[in-house]
Amino acid sequence: MDDVAIIGVGQSTFFRRSGISIRELCFDAYKEAMEGLDLTNKDIDASITCSAPEYDKQRTPSGLISEYLELTPKSAFLVESVCSSSTTGLRVAYSLIKSGLHKVVAVIGFQKMSEISSRESAERMGRGADIQWETPFGISMPSGYAMFAQAHMAKYATTEEQLAKVKVKNASYAAKNPKAIYPKVVTLEEVMTSALVATPLKTLDCCAAADGSSCIIVASADVAKRVSKIPIWIAGLGAATDTMSMSGRRTFTSLSCAKDAAAQAYKMANVKPQDIDVAEVHDCFTISEILAYEDLGFAKPGEGARLIEEKQTYVDGKIPVNVDGGLLCKGHPIGATGGSQMRTIVRQLRGEATEAQVKNAEIGLVHNIGGVGQYGNVIILRR
Amino acid sequence: MGFETFGKVSFTAETRAAAFVDYLGQGKVMATKCKSCGTTCFPPKMDCPTCLKSDTEWVDVNNTGKLITYSMVNYAPAGFEDDAPYAIAVGEFGDGLRIFSRLCKDIKVEEIKPGMKLKLTVIKLPGDRISYEFQKA
Repeated sequence: MDDVAIIGVGQSTFFRRSGISIRELCFDAYKEAMEGLDLTNKDIDASITCSAPEYDKQRTPSGLISEYLELTPKSAFLVESVCSSSTTGLRVAYSLIKSGLHKVVAVIGFQKMSEISSRESAERMGRGADIQWETPFGISMPSGYAMFAQAHMAKYATTEEQLAKVKVKNASYAAKNPKAIYPKVVTLEEVMTSALVATPLKTLDCCAAADGSSCIIVASADVAKRVSKIPIWIAGLGAATDTMSMSGRRTFTSLSCAKDAAAQAYKMANVKPQDIDVAEVHDCFTISEILAYEDLGFAKPGEGARLIEEKQTYVDGKIPVNVDGGLLCKGHPIGATGGSQMRTIVRQLRGEATEAQVKNAEIGLVHNIGGVGQYGNVIILRR
Repeated sequence: MGFETFGKVSFTAETRAAAFVDYLGQGKVMATKCKSCGTTCFPPKMDCPTCLKSDTEWVDVNNTGKLITYSMVNYAPAGFEDDAPYAIAVGEFGDGLRIFSRLCKDIKVEEIKPGMKLKLTVIKLPGDRISYEFQKA
């Protein structure tokens, strides 16, 4: 199975207002990913750019990024599944290498969200729902997930305080992450008293919109062994979808696309949830992390909140989750997020995550969701 | 009336399902049913990818149902600011048909509870617009 590897990972700092253009943002991630590799841009066979449209002015950004990173005339194209774009890009890169078409592929994710206002951003996210039948009612990303939070609270008696504890944990790790948008600790009281966005979610239950980029260099086994000291192997991949419309959903206490993707990835990697040493999950909202605990099998349905209550997802717990600050505090530049999650797990498996290293981490997992549970990607990596 | 009059803000003008808005004008919320395989759909769709046919009929939605989940939106997206706070919700009607809409503003916050009985009702909005909402049954 060890035939496609991640050989390089990078990300820019995640900013509120980066003050730089999208091409320069992408360079920062690319630079970190390529550093230390016995490889140059001439060795990259294809680039996959991953970004959600309508945040910046550039159309068809793949050509631009390819030119700026001097990857032209190699194949370049855009892949999009909103917030899970860059792990979808990774899935395509895996297939390109597995098919024998290419040896080295760069997956570059970016988003520059600060060119538009927060309300305009909410409007675009609203149009990430079914625009004909559901956007006309004023749905947004937070309110979509808030309906899951309400359902989870009603069925399992999950509390707002338990949700807030996810934020407190992730903030404690963002405080140690120099690339996080909000590198500072947050108290339970600060979360509980922050302004309501969509009940029960408050401002501090929501992730931070950010400018940022990520880059993953994917390679075939022969190249990986030659150019990289510690290749990290792609052991399992899963991808699934659920309906765009909320009326099409059969459950509001879990994300079925995440469960389906996880089942595929576990099967392919031949591992179980208890074999995972460290995980990055898509905590776009505090409830999303609780759902992920359950959908990935780290906790039984309805028992996700107990995991955070018992601090089992802290770095020295049973299953450390988002020990880089997560989307909540490290930031969520849509198209870059999956690549940043991959970077964290690769650094953990290489033993390079000095700021919050999980001891002897050998198997890691990334859970990256697009929209309100519309697209689910789960990737299992092995040292 | 075209589809552009549907809801607070419509993003769709042209659709095969435009008659949905005409039915709203008659006070009816309708679903579609494929004449070939009998599948009932909400949101309505005029095409059946299983039968590869576009032979559907409009069918009445049973307008009594129950609340599945909801959220009270305080921070509204651009275009919806004037409406906030408002509650978005998913209800289940008749034989398990799920519908996304808003809860009527007359329902007191402390009354909102998953499982509560709902009535699906057509409403007129300012500017000759039309929509539907969930009222207390």
